[in-house]
Amino acid sequence: MNIEYYIVLSIALFCIGITGVLTRRNAIIIFMCIELMLNAVNLLLVAFSKMHHLKGVAANPTAGIDGQLFVFFIMVVAAAEVSVGLAIIVMMYRNVHSVDVNFLNRLKH
Amino acid sequence: MKNVLQLVWLIPLLPLIGFLINGLFRKQLSKSLTGIIGSGVILGSFVISLLIFLQVKAGHTAVVNLFDFIKVGKLSIPFSFQADQLSSLFLLIITGVGFLIHVYSAAYMHEEEGQHFARYFAYLNLFVFSMLLLVLGSNLVIMFIGWEGVGLCSYLLIGYWFKNVDYTNAAKKAFVMNRIGDLGFLLAIFWIINQFGTVTYGDLFKQVAEKANTLEGGVVITGITLLLFVGATGKSAQIPLYTWLPDAMAGPTPVSALIHAATMVTAGIYMIARSNIMYTLAPTTQAVVAIIGLATAVFAATIAIKQNDIKKVLAYSTVSQLGYMFLGLGVGAYTGAVFHVMTHAFFKALLFLGAGSVIHAMHHEQDIRKMGGLKKYLPITHITFLLGCIAIAGIPPFSGFFSKDEILAAAYAKNPVFWFIGVATAGMTAFYMFRLYATTFLGQFRGAEQLHGHHPHESPVAMTLPLIILAVLSVAGGWIGIPEVLMPNAHALEHFLDPIFAESVKHAHEGHHLDHSTEYVLMGASVGLAVIAIFYAIARYSKRPELGEPTGFGKVLANKWYVDELYNFIIVRPLQWLGKFLNSFVERDVIDWTVNGIGRLVGYSSRQVRLLQSGQVGSYVLLMVLGILAFFVIQFFVKK
Amino acid sequence: MSISEILFYFLSVLALGSALMVVISRNPVHSVLWLIVTFFAISGHYIMMNAQFLGIVNLIVYAGAIMVLFLFVIMLMNLNAETEPKKNKWLRMAGIVAGGCLLLVLVAALKDADVKNSAVQLNSGNIGLIEQLGKTLFTEYVVPFEISSVLFLSAMVGTVVIGKKGD
Repeated sequence: MNIEYYIVLSIALFCIGITGVLTRRNAIIIFMCIELMLNAVNLLLVAFSKMHHLKGVAANPTAGIDGQLFVFFIMVVAAAEVSVGLAIIVMMYRNVHSVDVNFLNRLKH
Repeated sequence: MKNVLQLVWLIPLLPLIGFLINGLFRKQLSKSLTGIIGSGVILGSFVISLLIFLQVKAGHTAVVNLFDFIKVGKLSIPFSFQADQLSSLFLLIITGVGFLIHVYSAAYMHEEEGQHFARYFAYLNLFVFSMLLLVLGSNLVIMFIGWEGVGLCSYLLIGYWFKNVDYTNAAKKAFVMNRIGDLGFLLAIFWIINQFGTVTYGDLFKQVAEKANTLEGGVVITGITLLLFVGATGKSAQIPLYTWLPDAMAGPTPVSALIHAATMVTAGIYMIARSNIMYTLAPTTQAVVAIIGLATAVFAATIAIKQNDIKKVLAYSTVSQLGYMFLGLGVGAYTGAVFHVMTHAFFKALLFLGAGSVIHAMHHEQDIRKMGGLKKYLPITHITFLLGCIAIAGIPPFSGFFSKDEILAAAYAKNPVFWFIGVATAGMTAFYMFRLYATTFLGQFRGAEQLHGHHPHESPVAMTLPLIILAVLSVAGGWIGIPEVLMPNAHALEHFLDPIFAESVKHAHEGHHLDHSTEYVLMGASVGLAVIAIFYAIARYSKRPELGEPTGFGKVLANKWYVDELYNFIIVRPLQWLGKFLNSFVERDVIDWTVNGIGRLVGYSSRQVRLLQSGQVGSYVLLMVLGILAFFVIQFFVKK
Repeated sequence: MSISEILFYFLSVLALGSALMVVISRNPVHSVLWLIVTFFAISGHYIMMNAQFLGIVNLIVYAGAIMVLFLFVIMLMNLNAETEPKKNKWLRMAGIVAGGCLLLVLVAALKDADVKNSAVQLNSGNIGLIEQLGKTLFTEYVVPFEISSVLFLSAMVGTVVIGKKGD
């Protein structure tokens, strides 16, 4: 498979994620869309990793492995992020009894 | 002894040192010490100049390279001095006459406070330094530095008594007039660099001679020489930029002597004499120079006839004599012009210093109507002043006769009309000089009022000694340039200056010489006219000097043909009006409105943009995405 | 059309379709379920590229742990289609247009990129296996690995602090 296909797929997933962030008001859905965007990037990283591996395997048997390790670290960060993010959403729900981000307009003041 | 030429840099350096000492320690030095330092450095320069002159006379010339001044690309302007026939002659005039004026100043300015006395000498030294730089420089840029320095110093010295508003106005006028001329000079330098890529005399003149044959080259040289001439009209007080010189009388009298006789005004003559080959190759410019010179000579002479201020008469006579010199340059009599510079330096310095002596004796009264009969009170001043008057009137064998005659003869050879006007001017010169002499020294003493009954005293030795030396020079200075017809092979100056003007003589189209009988007739006519004018003036003014206000045409002359008023009307008023217009309309309504409008616009637009700050996360994200989009789109277009 | 190409297209359509459903679904619970489907599809891609470790971790961490957490929170709040806040219609349109434009621009940018002859290795290669990844992780990347544990710790502390009721 050519790398182009993976790139287009990733872009499409990423843009769906962005559209979700832009169109929804539910904080949890927005959060899920962010996860979707992260996964799009992960997919692209793995694809690039395999592409570089194919190109550089003759010189270096582990060429391109960095990409996959980055994905690993992204997952680590995402897990931490989700735990904190969900805690914040729960906190917000507890205060305003809603998950509508439009209630969070304190930035204006 | 040949290496004395290598010491040429000492000549301007000494006055510079004098300037620094007098300027920096003006509060510590005593008056006598200041005078000794100020005069001493000039004397030192004079001695070196004399040695160099002797070397040059023996046939050695040199260009002394000191350091690279400007070096950009192909253009190289060295800071170097040129010691040759022309510059060594000017060096002698400047340092010699300058030294006498310094000595004279020490006595004349003795009433000044110590600090201001030192300031005066510092300026004077700087003036001489600038003039020496101007004369010594081996390229146009160095000359321009000296040129500007002279302008600056004239400003400082004319406005020396800066507490008097009229005097500072006169200084400003001199400065502005000079600046107009300087612009012409500067443009000429730029043009020369653009066309020839060099400003060093030797290379430049060689290239000019080659280029002049082409039509385009001829136009370029005519343009350049005209611009250079504009510079010369500013510095040497020719029509239309001459009005500053009479006003420059505001400065102390020795300064007037220095500006008028030895330095400053001769800068224009020197510049044209130095670049004589360019002028010879541009006949149009030569004609312009001759006509402007002649017009200035006549114009200034008519004004001088009706002036009552002793210094103003001399000032207009200087303008008139400078007109003569330009006439000489214009008709190709370069030697004659330089010769006249020299003799004029002697007798005009003498006349100014004599006038200074009179003013000193009269307790700073300058109006000749309040003098009269000073002959018996100031014997030395009287005799020397009389000699100066005879010299400027052009009576043989005094110096003025020879130099003026040489110019007039050359003018006749070019065009007899020039000669007629020139001789008429010579007659006027004799008339107004002796009007001045008769009103001041003959007749009854009318100044008792000013002196409260005392009678005036002769000036101290420090003042009379320079007068005597200058008087001797005024009488004898012309003998180095006796024309061929009177004494074959006696024109020492012409032989001396031959190397400088040789190229021009070669290029001059028709060197037709006048036959001897014509020359005798010409001389006889000019001398005769001068003698008649002298006797008429003495007869008319010694007994009954005109004391009242002039009327009719005399009033026009006394008011200097209303030229100052004309300039006021044509240039100063419209400029003031323009300034007012710019201030009240452009400044207030256009610029202020624009600036305030921009302020208001920013305020308004920021109030509108603030509405974007909704505080809603969604809209922020939307804007962020739009921003990213914009980046991509811009990158799309920029990349290619 | 080889089997891997068929698989690629199938998984891609599945991923895109379920991702769209995540955004479109009114009910948050459905969104979560569709997201899990997306993650499965992406894991399928990983395995197809022989990145087996990441494929499995993706399933365990994302589809398993994180999504369960999401579901848990949604149920805790008792969110459903009725409580779903609705966005202004025009703003929603603007969001869709902006996202579409971004897609267009990015794909257009890809046109200029020099990627024609860069194939991706499928079904082979051992860098995605746990042996290689483990070796590299515990040699070259051991410091970031240890630091990530600190990150987890701080995230845990943060969560607890935020979640504490009242003061």
